[in-house]
Amino acid sequence: MCLGIPVKIISREDKEGIAEIGGVERKVDLRLLEGVEIGDYVIMHAGFAIQKLDEKEAQETLHLLQSYLDGSLTPGDY
Amino acid sequence: MKHISEYYQKDICGNLAGQISSGAKNLGSLTFMEVCGTHTMSIFRNGIRDLMPGNIRLLSGPGCPVCVTPNRLIDQAIALSRLPEIVIGTFGDMLRVPGSSSSLEKERARGAGIHTFYSPLDALELAKNYPQKTVVFIGIGFETTTPTVAAALMDAHQNRIHNFKVLASHKLVTPALKALLESPELKLQGFLLPGHVSTIIGRKIYEFVARDYHTPSAIAGFEPADILHAILNLVEQNRDRTARVDNCYKRSVKEDGNRIALDLMDQVFEVCDAEWRGIGEIPASGLRIREEFSDHDADGIEVFVEETREADGCICGEILRGVKIPADCPLFRKICHPGNPIGPCMVSTEGTCAAYYKYSK
Repeated sequence: MCLGIPVKIISREDKEGIAEIGGVERKVDLRLLEGVEIGDYVIMHAGFAIQKLDEKEAQETLHLLQSYLDGSLTPGDY
Repeated sequence: MKHISEYYQKDICGNLAGQISSGAKNLGSLTFMEVCGTHTMSIFRNGIRDLMPGNIRLLSGPGCPVCVTPNRLIDQAIALSRLPEIVIGTFGDMLRVPGSSSSLEKERARGAGIHTFYSPLDALELAKNYPQKTVVFIGIGFETTTPTVAAALMDAHQNRIHNFKVLASHKLVTPALKALLESPELKLQGFLLPGHVSTIIGRKIYEFVARDYHTPSAIAGFEPADILHAILNLVEQNRDRTARVDNCYKRSVKEDGNRIALDLMDQVFEVCDAEWRGIGEIPASGLRIREEFSDHDADGIEVFVEETREADGCICGEILRGVKIPADCPLFRKICHPGNPIGPCMVSTEGTCAAYYKYSK
């Protein structure tokens, strides 16, 4: 029930935006967020954007997961 | 797809699973509970249980809102659906949940006006288009969903759409965690905390789990690498004999959550004691509509509701509390299956019984 999917904002007019995922577009309500811009990824739940995805944090998490793989970091280092 | 496919990489997931196995060696048996029903489904669907070493047990908790919605509320919604002037709007998950003697799906087959919606705003749209009917939206869900219902209710209030009402049964996650932590029947070595509830309420609010109950916890996203990352974190906290509230879903979860959503929720709803199906009453664990918005509160509609009865032999309550698993239930697979669900954990797509039925042998 708490399913939320990362969607890309492709247009917006005030608090109403259009989100896109895999070629599918849907209206998304943006009132719960500040400063959403076209091109941003947000988590959409029940027709609302509930958070802007933080690109920097996403990169850092992926870097962390990747570094386990390279052996450059072992668990417990973070 | 960006922000999804990265977390499905086989090498990353395989490596995390390996780290979990080696990290958990010599730690004795570890039981971690995933509180969120969406996590339960992701864990089963992605085969994560099969990747766990023998000493790690993943237990599902009470985080399926459909499952913990009291029978009485479903009976009330069914009774309302029988009134000619009422149209029911609901999230699809609620349709098949059995009440005491019927379900919304059965009532719809008999001709009642019952519509499913992805967003509460779509139900509000229906109310706008049919002013001669009263649209009653069944407001269930945790903090992820509640702000969306609050927003629809606020819109109805501000735009004077009097024929839009909400039958509210929203629940709060942290009081349920507290009840689980205080339960003597459950011994856990860690919690996998819900990613999207935490997106709204933030990380900080969970500090009591580590401080007062010395139980490790980690907020997890929903893709396989996210979940494995959080499990590895719990293994490490156990290895280090420490208890923290760690955030393994930082791209979506902030320290204080989403302030706008929290404020909106607080404007429309107030905290109340609430009944959780199968668990009983948990103090200050629910939300009711504030007096100011009582015009939109469907609880005020007078209707005769039948006496509540629970299904005989169903152990959904014990499953929701984490003390039993579906295989312990005499009805599971024999009488109770997705074609004939007896209890809510079988009917909801995120219910523990439905997940076991679909994915386990």
